[in-house]
Amino acid sequence: MNLGSTPLIWVTFFPLAGVLIILFLKPEWKKAIRWTALITSLAVFGLSVWVLALFNAANPDAQLGVNQAWFTLGGNQISFHLGVDGLSILLLLLTTLLSPIAILSTWKAIEEKVKGFMIFFLLLEVGLVGVFLALDMVLFYIFWEFTLVPMYFLIGLWGAERRIYATLKFFLYTMAGSLLMLAGILFVGLKYGGFDLTTLTSTANIPLTVQMWLFVAFGLAFAIKVPVWPLHSWLPDAHTEAPTAGSVILAGVLLKMGTYGFLRFNLPLFPQATIQAAPYVAALGIVGILYAAMVAYRQQDVKRLVAYSSIAHLGFVMLGLFALDQLSVEGAILQMVNHGLSTGALFLIIGFIYERRHTHQMDAFGGLWKVMPVMGSLALVVTLSSAGLPGLNGFVGEFNILVGAFGSKALGSPWFAGVATLGVILAAVYLLHMFQRVFLGPVTHEENLKLKDMSLREIIVLVPILILIFWIGIAPQTFLNLIAPAVEKLLSVVSAAGLALV
Amino acid sequence: MNTSQLFALAPWVVLIPVIALLINLIVSGRLGEKFAGILASSAAALSFVVSILLAIALGSDPMGSTISLGTWINIGNLSIDWAFRVDTLSVMMMLVVSGVGTLIHIYSIAYMHADVRLNGDLKRYTRFFVFMNLFIASMMLLVSADNFLMMFVGWEGVGLCSYLLIGFWFEKGKDGTANAAAGKKAFITNRIGDFGFLVAIFLIYWNFGSLQFDKVFSMAPMVATAMPGAALAITLFMLLGVTGKSAQLPLHVWLPDAMAGPTPVSALIHAATMVTAGVYLVARSAPIFSQVPGGQTAVTWVGTITALFAATIALGQNDIKKVLAYSTISQIGYMVAAVGMGAYVAAMFHLITHAFFKGLLFLAAGSVIQAVERGEEAAHSEEIDPQDMRQMGGLRKRLPLTFWTYLIGGLSLAAIAPLAGFFSKDEIVAYASANHAAVFWILLIAAFFTALYVGRQISMVFLGSPRSKAAGHATESSPTITVPLVILAVLAAFGGVLNLPGLQWLETWLAHTFGTVAPSQFVWLVALGSLALGLVGLAIGWLIYGRTPVKVGKPDPLKKPLGFIFTGMQNKWFVDEIYNFLIITPFNALAQFFAGPIDLGSIDRVANGLASGTQAVAGGIRKFENGFVRSYAFWMLLGLAAIMTYFILR
Repeated sequence: MNLGSTPLIWVTFFPLAGVLIILFLKPEWKKAIRWTALITSLAVFGLSVWVLALFNAANPDAQLGVNQAWFTLGGNQISFHLGVDGLSILLLLLTTLLSPIAILSTWKAIEEKVKGFMIFFLLLEVGLVGVFLALDMVLFYIFWEFTLVPMYFLIGLWGAERRIYATLKFFLYTMAGSLLMLAGILFVGLKYGGFDLTTLTSTANIPLTVQMWLFVAFGLAFAIKVPVWPLHSWLPDAHTEAPTAGSVILAGVLLKMGTYGFLRFNLPLFPQATIQAAPYVAALGIVGILYAAMVAYRQQDVKRLVAYSSIAHLGFVMLGLFALDQLSVEGAILQMVNHGLSTGALFLIIGFIYERRHTHQMDAFGGLWKVMPVMGSLALVVTLSSAGLPGLNGFVGEFNILVGAFGSKALGSPWFAGVATLGVILAAVYLLHMFQRVFLGPVTHEENLKLKDMSLREIIVLVPILILIFWIGIAPQTFLNLIAPAVEKLLSVVSAAGLALV
Repeated sequence: MNTSQLFALAPWVVLIPVIALLINLIVSGRLGEKFAGILASSAAALSFVVSILLAIALGSDPMGSTISLGTWINIGNLSIDWAFRVDTLSVMMMLVVSGVGTLIHIYSIAYMHADVRLNGDLKRYTRFFVFMNLFIASMMLLVSADNFLMMFVGWEGVGLCSYLLIGFWFEKGKDGTANAAAGKKAFITNRIGDFGFLVAIFLIYWNFGSLQFDKVFSMAPMVATAMPGAALAITLFMLLGVTGKSAQLPLHVWLPDAMAGPTPVSALIHAATMVTAGVYLVARSAPIFSQVPGGQTAVTWVGTITALFAATIALGQNDIKKVLAYSTISQIGYMVAAVGMGAYVAAMFHLITHAFFKGLLFLAAGSVIQAVERGEEAAHSEEIDPQDMRQMGGLRKRLPLTFWTYLIGGLSLAAIAPLAGFFSKDEIVAYASANHAAVFWILLIAAFFTALYVGRQISMVFLGSPRSKAAGHATESSPTITVPLVILAVLAAFGGVLNLPGLQWLETWLAHTFGTVAPSQFVWLVALGSLALGLVGLAIGWLIYGRTPVKVGKPDPLKKPLGFIFTGMQNKWFVDEIYNFLIITPFNALAQFFAGPIDLGSIDRVANGLASGTQAVAGGIRKFENGFVRSYAFWMLLGLAAIMTYFILR
């Protein structure tokens, strides 16, 4: 195989090169380790831009494929099959962008066991990229499970006081879902003609009742990851205990594995079950939007608040996906990216404050805008992006989700979107509440008076995200054009199956 | 330049203030206050110049044009451009926003110079002008948009600026949090309205297949006939948006609190421009509303009731700005009632004159407040509330220029002939007299209350003798402040010529957008009657409050004759308290219930139990520490998978 023509292999496994180098560095050479990790992840980002340059947006199918026979299982071929299409390209870029950002954010925050941290972080990137590029179900599952291990240690070793509880909860919870998925994968693969997703979508004709069971098996695994209400209770703990960089990747990318899973598996493989289940899944999404927004509002810990806001935001994504409308699905995919950016940035800012004050309790803050004007202003932009202010990225995603869902044939009623739109009010309630308690009002704690404003490094960490917040808000077409053909094709598969139902 | 070249300038009304605010952000005060203030004011002024050029172009080509800068969102059938609409309605709004905006920017150069010193943070001077420019940009976007979604960008953008400027001194106010809380209240209340606007947009998209104005409006008669329910829903959800942005019942509660912002903000955003956006929305959507009588009726009544309701509250207030705030709610009620009845030109006419006289009143009130603050300092007096009218009195002699301009603004508000407010309000009332008797009478009563509170306010602030040391030592403001006052006073006095009966320039101008409009009437009986009512109201106000000045700690003279009615007026008819009881407290309790018993108490517990029980978790912790958990989990995974595969494939 000519390596030069396989960018997907490079982008997936290049972090291993960094791991290899770091393995040979002494643990006390923290600087060298950090720079190696940063340069590696930047190189991976460069490679993903290379992938983007080669990507043909007009083609709805998987591209730049790598397909090598691997082993057989019960007479079925399992392949090492990677490819990128409109459903995955943005998530690939999001992963490779957030990784160097998260690594750079740890410069001061991670002082202990830097070597291990960076190794796990780069390994995590391999798993995440692999999940979004894998086109063989078994390969997907391997990458999926692979992400668990480094994340488990990132929380368990570098987390806060209750890190062991949180990371075990995270591990067991997601593992429980994964097992069901594994069973589902084996069942589909052995019974319905192989493990290759590209051929399965065109040939698998699974009877409706079986589809329903499989929909649930896969869906539970993904729903836990998203997380869909009421399977969310691992997330606030994981976020609260995780180190900043862990939270950024967890919220920014890891949760998207769940929504992406629905998009990659449930919709195309079980289209009739999808149509039947759509109103119920959408309803769960809406419950998540409203419920999590209200719970977020009552949190005292700012990290928990943002964790619950993630649940609410991903409720919008679920609604968009299962409204099965071109507008809503494109909006949902864009919203996955938007959530990664704005929530990632929120966690970064919370991390910066934590490094100064060593607490997440909002009681300890107040009036910080006056002490740190730059941080206050940037936090305001990020908060507004998360609140879906028009002109910024969040609005484009939310609007498309809601307007699509409003007229969705799959949901059959404007009530779904109408009720979900109430979430827009609630988002303002909890986010402005947060901004007020942290940044507005008088400075109530003496130690806050001397806080230093953002350093150059911290500003550099946020700038790429801020650029994208405005870019997606004002000219989202750059990104929507990449995903439109693939979504069109996916929805035609689903609606064709829907016709067969009638 | 020919007309199409002039039309192509339209995007600059938004871009110029954006560029200026970016420069101010980058410079961030390093070049001094003068630079920041003059740059921002010049940007507003340049926007005004561009608006004038657009108006000139419209003079020769009144059908206008649409300038597109490119695609914003394009998915499937939904196609939304960044497109600017130049027609007589949008350009009229641009002129008001940038014209009044420029004057208020200039005024702010001096006002904020004193304000940042009083509040002890000089660095925030530049920030103020960044926010003000952002507001001009957002408001221009709102009025120049060619589709509903782009309009929504401006719509929420002005709400954001309002939030930022209300909470400008976010560490001040009662307990240090009152200002920040007021900003939040404004934003959230506005978001409730925005929810309505959004749902209206969804309905428009699915029923009309587009959000572009011309496409939607051309289909309006067809859709209204084919789907009357949807059309009615669109107008009612839009009305919800209007009540939020334009502070109408039942979402008016944020505007009085918004007075926490610096006074130029109150003048520009919370009187002259932003709060009239709801009126503009209905006028813009006239082709839809005129097809839906039910929607029109609802709009009319919301405006009418608000006009009277807020006017009664204004009478019971002692804070100079609160009086003006409720007055604004009331006057916008007139405009909303007018657009509801289909009197679009009258509404726009009143919108313009109101921008003049209410902008003037707020700016003059700011001049009064700072004069009292200076007096307080000069007299070394005990600290008083510089906005409390009971501490004022006799300022006519100390602040002659401010007094005369205030008087002109006040008389214009009270609709005394021949000032601008007389003509515009008369058009609305005359229209109601011919079409809606009940509305007519209610608006007339509201007009009486208006004159009454104006008389009361002018008596309390300017007449008699000073009731505090601070008022006795107050000094007149600098020309940077008084010159804008004088200019606005001229406009508030003579603005009536814009649509003078017989000339009707505005009507001719706007007819290009609204199509043939019902010609405005001038009914002598109505005009003279309401004028007489206004004069009587003023006189009563003076008789009660001019002769027996209200002092702190003494009951208001109206308290005795009106009893509990006056208590209601003073306490804003307890709307905030009712909302607290009916909405906010239950919401908080429900949220707490979800966060506590449901989320931690139930969902989390069940999940932990299912996961394998808390004991297993504890056991897992021990194993984790021995390094066993990975193999444990791995074997668990493999074993279960094997078992399930066996059962499935059996």
